[in-house]
Amino acid sequence: MALQSLDIRNRSASTFEGPSARQALEVAKLIDVSRCIGCKACQSACMEWNDLRGAVGVNDGLYTNPADLDDQTWTLMRFYEENLPTGLQWLILKDGCLHCAEPGCLKSCPSPGAIVQYANGIVDFHEESCIGCGYCISGCPFNIPRLRKEDSKVYKCTLCSDRVSVGLEPACVKTCPTGAIHFGSKADMLFQAQGRLADLADRGFKNAAVYDPKGVGGTHVVYVLPHGDHPEKYGLPRRPSVSPLVALWRSGFARTAGVVTMVGVAVAGILHYMRHGPLEVPEEKE
Amino acid sequence: MTNNWVDIKNADVVFVMGGNPAEAHPCGFKWVIEAKIKNKARLVVVDPRFTRTAAVADVFAQIRPGADIAFLGGVIRYLVENDKIQREYVKAYTNAPFLVREDYGFQDGLFAGYDAGKRAYDKATWAYQLDKEGFAKVDPTMQDPHCVYQLMRKHYSRYTPEMVEGVTGVKKEKFLQICEIVAATAPANKVMTSLYALGWTQHTTGAEMIRAMAMIQLLLGNMGMPGGGVNALRGHSNIQGLTDLGVMSHLLPGYIGLPLEAEPDLKTFLEKRTPKPLRPGQMNFVQNTPKWFVSLLKAWYGKAATKENDFGYDWLPKNDKPYDILAAFELMAQGKMNGYFCQGFNPLASVPDKAKLTAGLSRLKFLVTIDPLATETASFWKNVGELNDVDPSKIQTEVFRLPSTCFAEEEGSLVNSGRWLQWHWKGGEPPGEARNDVDIMAALYLKVRELYAKEGGTVPEPILNLAWDYVQPHRPSAAELAREFNGRALADIPDPKEPGKFLAREGEQLATFLHLQADGTTASGNWIFCGSWTQAGNQMARRDASDPTGLGATGSWAWSWPANRRILYNRASADPAGKPWDPGRRYLFWNGKKWAGADIPDMRPDAAPDQDVGPFIMNPEGVARFFAPLMAEGPFPEHYEPFESPLESNPFAPKESRAYWNPAARVYPDDLAKRGAAREFPYVGTTYRLTEHFHFWTKHTRIAAVLQPEMFVEIGEGLAQEKGIRQGDLVVVRSKRGQIKAKALVTKRIQPLQIQGKTVHTVGIPIHWGFEGLTKAGPIANTLTPSVGDANIQTPEFKAFLVDVQKA
Repeated sequence: MALQSLDIRNRSASTFEGPSARQALEVAKLIDVSRCIGCKACQSACMEWNDLRGAVGVNDGLYTNPADLDDQTWTLMRFYEENLPTGLQWLILKDGCLHCAEPGCLKSCPSPGAIVQYANGIVDFHEESCIGCGYCISGCPFNIPRLRKEDSKVYKCTLCSDRVSVGLEPACVKTCPTGAIHFGSKADMLFQAQGRLADLADRGFKNAAVYDPKGVGGTHVVYVLPHGDHPEKYGLPRRPSVSPLVALWRSGFARTAGVVTMVGVAVAGILHYMRHGPLEVPEEKE
Repeated sequence: MTNNWVDIKNADVVFVMGGNPAEAHPCGFKWVIEAKIKNKARLVVVDPRFTRTAAVADVFAQIRPGADIAFLGGVIRYLVENDKIQREYVKAYTNAPFLVREDYGFQDGLFAGYDAGKRAYDKATWAYQLDKEGFAKVDPTMQDPHCVYQLMRKHYSRYTPEMVEGVTGVKKEKFLQICEIVAATAPANKVMTSLYALGWTQHTTGAEMIRAMAMIQLLLGNMGMPGGGVNALRGHSNIQGLTDLGVMSHLLPGYIGLPLEAEPDLKTFLEKRTPKPLRPGQMNFVQNTPKWFVSLLKAWYGKAATKENDFGYDWLPKNDKPYDILAAFELMAQGKMNGYFCQGFNPLASVPDKAKLTAGLSRLKFLVTIDPLATETASFWKNVGELNDVDPSKIQTEVFRLPSTCFAEEEGSLVNSGRWLQWHWKGGEPPGEARNDVDIMAALYLKVRELYAKEGGTVPEPILNLAWDYVQPHRPSAAELAREFNGRALADIPDPKEPGKFLAREGEQLATFLHLQADGTTASGNWIFCGSWTQAGNQMARRDASDPTGLGATGSWAWSWPANRRILYNRASADPAGKPWDPGRRYLFWNGKKWAGADIPDMRPDAAPDQDVGPFIMNPEGVARFFAPLMAEGPFPEHYEPFESPLESNPFAPKESRAYWNPAARVYPDDLAKRGAAREFPYVGTTYRLTEHFHFWTKHTRIAAVLQPEMFVEIGEGLAQEKGIRQGDLVVVRSKRGQIKAKALVTKRIQPLQIQGKTVHTVGIPIHWGFEGLTKAGPIANTLTPSVGDANIQTPEFKAFLVDVQKA
């Protein structure tokens, strides 16, 4: 893959028109669950490349460690034991940001430029502009972003935008020993994913499917799921979509409503002053 | 591995039993995925737990730990009774047609010649019928009742699908489904590979489990084939190199046995170790032992080794009894071994019965550990509460810790499971006072030599006569050692075929072990490594990944022993006439003048097919063995219960108590006294590794500690419910040897099994924790395991023992 421009297509809380001189290739990461052995090499490589070092935790009786995504864990192997018609299955999913084409996080974010979407499809958090409000967390249909208590900023997978911009694949892709993770143009990845379905059907996975949910405009991380009829068994929402409230929040109506509210508050303040005088803070006893 | 990692891609069926490669060998497992994707291979997994390998398998069967021979014997029976064998291969390339002595017998779980007092067999009757020239008699029709094929058929007739189900817990339907998949590789154009690891070796019947699979592969004609073979996935980086170099108590480099007390001189030793051919015209390659052995002595003792002094044979130690690891700790516990050098080894964590180990280490005068990490062994004297409850004031052992380097801080070669010697370069400087292992040993050696030179002493010759011609004596380089292993000519070596020409001139590196001599004119530190560093330079450093035939024979990548051969027994990939069995796998063929193809032929290059030279050149009969008298517990693998079993008797020999567990396995009285019974310890424990950790090393690294932070045990939902144990509860696991506390991981992946009408639960116990490192401190799993090993090689039985589980 050639060098990638990081031209910005969308920017949180901004009226924005992206630069158009260059055409960017839309990229995607393909995670072929049928080839994944849950070795956590991707999780380890993510920590290495991004300089993340979580605390050594505890085992709560699970193979999923740490137990959840956090500010130091941007990708996480999740393990699910399921009795399905094909017998006992140990479903293993590499969880992390799916880089939606229509990202709920970006749409919910009130801080200008804290979340951007590059022309190649990567959705990136710029933590220096993050105000820690957590709206992106509520706005994400996949429950991915995590707030760091120490600095009140939100973190998630960047799809290794730093590596991609210089023509490298994401660290997890590079390290995967079984070739379960691929990276390339979205068109190529979808083509490759479709090609896996025939083999899976031949092995008895008649409902194998590609997970590229349309409810968020498609994603830039797509999965091949052997049990494609049951994405929820892998912890993936069946029909993810951005909450209508988020759509409302970013709409003209909401902006108008916001302005009306602000004016209302100012008026109320003035009235309060006129009636009661300045607010006095009571002296604290030492 | 008989084959190699890349070759797995050629398989039609990948049969994983006795191993868990997706977790223990995730990088090598890429070739299994490759076989699935590119070759439409089916992956079959048989394991006591539904592992991460099972997660990507096409078929999985859960087996009771230690019941593997019952399963494999059932497969042998299925193949034979349903005639799903590659008959021409079996007839031509195995000892199936060979006639066995008529007084050989087997009854009620015991072979002829058993001596219960010695727990050993007199193997006199386990032998071929010989003609007057000393060659084995054969019946090419394989109909004679005393031929190996008929004996094998009779032996496994008892291994019916019903019996398999009752002993292993694998339902008959599932067993037959797996048999069908396996049997589908009997045709010449279908091949199965077998991948195994410590899940087979770590049983009292481990070696026989592996042999049982070898027999299946021979019946199917899968040995020597691309995509076939019996492939040991080695547990440590370079553990293959360790055994190749003979770093075992009974071996010398290149798998030459260490002399015994009963072999007092070189002549006796060589006579005993050099076999005579058992069929006419066979290569009987081991007949070259004198060349390998004398060249080894020349490498070690240099000019001091002369024909007159038997090349220094007297200076070698002679084994009087076994000194394997279980024996060593037994001697320590008895106070008969009082000093111990522990190099790159953490026995307190990795050897069974921690209490016994602690007792042994506590009786030592001194313990030296050479390791890059702080091991539990080096801290065995430290009180760490219930994790290591010792009283340091009562331990007088003096412990020396010598910090050594990690692999990336030194250069040298590593031998992988596929026998490739791959050179690697130093990536960084070691921290602090750490020195590489060779430097540490050189310093010790030079000091000891100085003391012997000054003070004399008993038998100083082995020390004083050792050749030590390194440029920097205190620091032999990896290159110097590698050149020494390869070997060189000590005089001009004339070419016997072309007078006036030479195979090598004096001082030159040798090109191949075929040039080694038994008269002291060549030196080679390890005959199987001969060819790795030739006059052309370091062959191990080659990095050309090209695969000209597409069959995975990457002959220009590094160097593979022996002779850069990538698949052992590859002559068997072609039919007796020299034509590949499978036109799609044209690996080796006779081109009219010589053997040609993708690999270095495992055959004399000019041995025309009509000369009937068998492909198993290391055996004096030239063919592979179904019937193998070398084995301690019998010429055919037979099911015996583990040392600790949930059953009262061996279902295959219910009335013969001597055949309950391996009748030829050694057990020391103190270990026998610590044998648990099912009444008190009703569940089957089995230990294993997790993908997140490498043994007891990676708990010292932060990321691996985050990925798998705390000791746990895996308990099936059924047992958990019975015991009121919930996910994440603290539980106590007890065996006759001790107890540990750990978090419970309650799982669907371990089901209760019905064995002989009894419900048997399996408890899974990963091994990676201890009281040193960055993970949460945890108990050492080997607190629980019994100190008893395989009857042939003494590998401890870590995979099947009895425990009890309670909520803490």
